[in-house]
Amino acid sequence: MTTGTLMARIVPPSAMGSRRARHLLERNFLVYRHAWIVIFSGFFEPLFYLFSIGIGLGKLVGDVVGPTGEPISYAAFVAPALLGAAAMNGAVYESTFNIFFKLKYAKIYDAVLATPMAPGDIAIGEITWSLFRGALYATGFLVVMWIMGLMPSLWGLLAVPAALLLGFGFAAAGMAATSFMRSWQDFDLVQLVTLPLFLFSATFYPLSVYPEWLRWAAQLSPLYHGVVLIRSLTLGIFEWTMLYHIGFLVVMGAVGIVVAARRLEKLLLA
Amino acid sequence: MAAAAIRVVEAHARVYRRTWRGSVISTFLSPVLYLLGMGVGLGTLVNRGAGSASIGIPYLAYLAPGLLAAAAMQTGAGDGSWPVMAGIKWTKTYFATLATPIRIPDLVIGHLGWVGIRMIFVSTVFVLVMAAFGAVAVGVGLLAVFPAVLTGLAFAAPVSGYAAWLKRDTGLSNLFRFGIVPMFLFSGTFFPITQLPGWMQPLAYAVPLWHGVELTRATTLGLATTFSPFVHVAYLLAWIVGGTLVAIHTFTKKLGQ
Repeated sequence: MTTGTLMARIVPPSAMGSRRARHLLERNFLVYRHAWIVIFSGFFEPLFYLFSIGIGLGKLVGDVVGPTGEPISYAAFVAPALLGAAAMNGAVYESTFNIFFKLKYAKIYDAVLATPMAPGDIAIGEITWSLFRGALYATGFLVVMWIMGLMPSLWGLLAVPAALLLGFGFAAAGMAATSFMRSWQDFDLVQLVTLPLFLFSATFYPLSVYPEWLRWAAQLSPLYHGVVLIRSLTLGIFEWTMLYHIGFLVVMGAVGIVVAARRLEKLLLA
Repeated sequence: MAAAAIRVVEAHARVYRRTWRGSVISTFLSPVLYLLGMGVGLGTLVNRGAGSASIGIPYLAYLAPGLLAAAAMQTGAGDGSWPVMAGIKWTKTYFATLATPIRIPDLVIGHLGWVGIRMIFVSTVFVLVMAAFGAVAVGVGLLAVFPAVLTGLAFAAPVSGYAAWLKRDTGLSNLFRFGIVPMFLFSGTFFPITQLPGWMQPLAYAVPLWHGVELTRATTLGLATTFSPFVHVAYLLAWIVGGTLVAIHTFTKKLGQ
């Protein structure tokens, strides 16, 4: 009982949404029915990176120290990180550029709010949609990893929900950030955040390469938590610390959704 | 004709005076981040592993000139794509330009001239960042600006022609996804193309970026190039001249003169 009322007091009702979010999902399906190539082609980008960095550069690097201290091939080390980075980039792109365009230019949400739907439905609907896309890419990528022998354990299939959790965190945070943006100029800031995250989140090399103080800083990166989680799963490792990584991403996503719904309400209904 | 093309360059420069802030991050920050992340960080692994044995030099010194050429390619392809489509389709500035005594060849050459100037600037900044990382001496590094600009223009010219020919901007996303990004990854930027499977190596010869990387790397490291340097330069020049002619042709079709 207390948790229920507490939730109601902290989270604005608009952030909870209703069951109407599915209509937004249906709309997106209808729109992309004629532009499926855009969705399909997104599958190739992480594959190109996997072949280039994992195979070509892998020959230069040789084996690296895996999460348990055992040596693993560089391709097996970097592949889960590329999956995580792809989940981040997809979620961020969908929740920033696309949402901003729909919000400011296409005015789709003004039309949506003329129906019984609420801002929370928009936030939840759009984030669910981007997770659909993410699930498609993650599954395809894992199949390729499995064929290439980079997923020694079938527990690696759990990397799909892990990648979705990562995508959820970034989609929610990205949508919250987009609600504060004034013009396309502000989108430079998106790159300012995602590029360092992409390069420095234990994606291309273990944290042990860094000096002590930098290791601490890298652990603040949400991509780091997602990558460690996905990497453990594709290698078939289970540890209690994974709960901490999951918790980090859940909190990030929840905060993002609440902020996004509040801001959408202010922007569109004020 | 030259005077008219210079007017087009001037127009770009006047606009840039107002909009340069938007490109600061991509110009300055991405070379720093890539050199730090891939060169220094990943370099630690490469130098420790089997890498330095097969490339013979520290990874940072190997990677930096490759990234210089790749950055020029990205600037060139970027400046040749969306701005051209905007000029024809979205802001329609090209129609305004052609309402003056400026003709289509002036427009194309002026546009590419401005891209070249921007490329000199961007590449010089990149080389100074490389020097700050100790990846190259400033003097030799600045010499590598020349092949970098050639590489960038070898992309800017044909991409401009392609962008003018396109009906919808999804073609540009596909160009980057299936063209520019794979070239970035497989043209000797991150590792020698001899590491690629045998059937892919001749393909790399066809990619202008590979020729650019050969030249920038040979300049900064004093290495021999795969073919004679003149062959590499001639190949890039062929793309620039051919691309410019194609661009003039498609601009003429689109803008109706």
